[in-house]
Parts: sequence; structure tokens; C-alpha cells
Amino acid sequence: MKTVNVNIVTPDGPVYESAVEMVSTKAQSGELGILPGHIPMVAPLEIGAVRLKKEGRTELVALTGGFLEVRPEQVTILAQAAEPATEIDIERAKEARQRAERLLQAQQDNVDFKRAELALRRAMNRIDVYENKM
Amino acid sequence: MASLRDIKNRITSTKKTSQITKAMEMVSASKLSRAEDNAKSFNPYMNKIQEVVASIATGAKDASHPMLENRPVKKTAYLVITSDRGLAGAYNSNVIRSAMNAINSRHSSKDEYVILAIGRVGRDFFAKRGMNIIDSIIGLPDQPSFADVKEITGKAVGMYADEAFDELYMYYNHFVSAISQEVTEKKVLPLTDVAAETSAMTSYEFEPSPEAILEVLLPQYAESLIYGALLDGKASEHAARMTAMKSATDNAKDLIDSLSLSYNRARQAAITQEITEIVGGAAAQEN
Repeated sequence: MKTVNVNIVTPDGPVYESAVEMVSTKAQSGELGILPGHIPMVAPLEIGAVRLKKEGRTELVALTGGFLEVRPEQVTILAQAAEPATEIDIERAKEARQRAERLLQAQQDNVDFKRAELALRRAMNRIDVYENKM
Repeated sequence: MASLRDIKNRITSTKKTSQITKAMEMVSASKLSRAEDNAKSFNPYMNKIQEVVASIATGAKDASHPMLENRPVKKTAYLVITSDRGLAGAYNSNVIRSAMNAINSRHSSKDEYVILAIGRVGRDFFAKRGMNIIDSIIGLPDQPSFADVKEITGKAVGMYADEAFDELYMYYNHFVSAISQEVTEKKVLPLTDVAAETSAMTSYEFEPSPEAILEVLLPQYAESLIYGALLDGKASEHAARMTAMKSATDNAKDLIDSLSLSYNRARQAAITQEITEIVGGAAAQEN
């Protein structure tokens, strides 16, 4: 089966590199599925998971704030933070979720709601990815 | 001439100091190699983001974004990257001096600029002079991750977007080699020179539109420029500290050598004097 090389890089270094059969992820304009031979494209991504289909299995990588660059032979995902499902620190993510929920429920004026909400979404995303990895 | 004991004490204390500087030199050497690794692992990200930004900037000429455009400058921001601790030779003073020179030559009043300080030395310096520090971050780890600096980079880019300032310069030590670091001034915002390298660009489809992508991409790009400078600065800091500590150790060794020489001289003089006194005493008894 034809494959496409996928690279996921963050400022802290490369996170994932492999040849896969299909990449699917959530862009800001909706779900995107990339097969080998796709035309060159750039799209910003939502906080969410990347699903990488490889030899019948699906691997998941949690992403925060990134975008996708596609070339026929090569898909590059640039993200501010990314973790494969197996490397997620689930305790930390759960703590972050609690913290964000507390902040959101506090209903105080000095709470930066937008930031708390983003933090909550990031934490939920990590937890989802972690729990779906089987 | 100093007494024997004084000299002995100085030798001992110099030896102790040189042990410390020697240890610091080795610690900095290992931190330097890790800092270099960090900078290396950041490179793929930086290259890629640069490539995409450049190809969008050249490929979609009609796409515009506030971060790409010069606007009349009412306020300038200076991001100065220093270290938290001293004992790094001229590392901090070089950066601060060049930032101060630029500020003094460009501005006549304190209302025309603001400071973003990374590192305790810089923050204290500017705070002492009553300059307007809008944000500072201290206590960064020696190997900062992107999450550690996200706050200040996000704030710097956000404030530019909110027009709290109209230009952003950064000052940091660029790591050339273990013995040489160069103070570098870099204009981060507005991003005017993104389309510099335009060799063999891919023409992309933009999903949904070039503007929407620039919206996401440019803040990230500006933030990664700052993060890159910070990694560069950290590597320089460790290199500068290593060199400074190496010369301190060498100087201590020279000092110990010359002190040992005068110690031996003084000891010899004391012995000679004692012999002369004994000989003199014996000669006096013979008569």
C-alpha cells in the first residue's frame, strides 16, 4: 500500500516520524483526511488528535495549536505541543482539567475565561487521546 | 614582606576558590552541550515554519496581516535576554550595553519605549533606572522548554497585536562558538523580512484561506523566533560562563604559583636569618 511520510515537530524537538497510509485530523475548517499523493496544502489545526493509520492499526497523537503542511510525499505537522498517546502524562492532564474547571466555575472577574477554557480543552484532548489509545 | 602564615593562608584560600571555579567550569561545559542539543532539536521546527511563512508571503501576495505591515511607530518594545546569575564574564553587560545604546540613541523620553526583560540581571538593571518594564520572566530553567516561555512570548505577540507597541526588537547573545558570542539585535515585529529566501517554493492550496492561515501562523512564527533567541542566549550564557570560569581557574593557578614562590623565598629568608644568628652567636662566644 502507498504510504506518506509524516513528521510531527514541536519547538522542543521532533515528536513523531513514520510512513503511514492515512492521516486524519481536525482542521479549523473541518475534518481532514490526507492520503498519499495529496496536492500541496497548508491548513491550521484545532486542538485535537491526529489519527495515523499504519498497517491496519491507528496511532493517536494529541496536538495543541498547530498547522499542517502537506506535500505529495510528505506531511509535516507543526505544533506548539504534541504527545503520542503512549507518552501522555495522564495525571498531569487530569490535574489541569480540574484546575481549569475550578477556574471556570469560580465566576470571578479576575479570571481569564478564554485562557481557562483553552486550558480545559487541551486537558480534555489529552485525556481523550489517552483513553482511546487501545 | 607578608609573614609566612599570611602567604600560606592566601594560597589555601586561592586554592579553594579555584576548586569552585573549576567545578563551575565543568558544570557549564555539560550544560552547554545540552543547550546545543536543544537548539539543534528546535531547528527542524524553525526551518519548517520559516519555509511555510515565506512561501505564503510570496505565494499569496494579496494576503495581508497586521504583523506583516509597518505602522507608524509610537512605542517601541525591547526584549532583552540576560541571565539570572552573574559570573558569566561580560555576557550580561554586553547585551545591556548594546540595548542601552540603542535606546539612548533612538528615544528622548521614557514614554517612547517599554522593556520586556528575560533574566534577573536585565530586569534589575532596567528597574533600577526606572524604565517601564511591562513584563519580565526570571528563574527560567537551564534547558527551557517551549511551555516555559509561552507566557512571555504570547504576551509580547499579543501586545503587538493590540497595538500596545508598534515595533519589537530583541537583544541577545548569539552563540558563535564556545569562546565567542555576539550581541545580536533582531527586529521581531513587524515581520518584514520573511520573504527573504525564496528558492524552490511549493505553491500551496490554502485551507480555508491564506488570511486565516497567516492569522494562526504568524503569531506562532514570532513566538518561535523569540524562543529560538532564548535557546541561543542560553547556549551563549553557558559558553560565556564556561570561558569566564576557565580564565578564573587559570588566573588562580598563576596566583598560586607566584604566591608559592614568595612563600618559599620568605621561608628561605627566615632560615638564612636563623643560621646567621646562630653563627653570629657562636662567633661571639668564641671571642
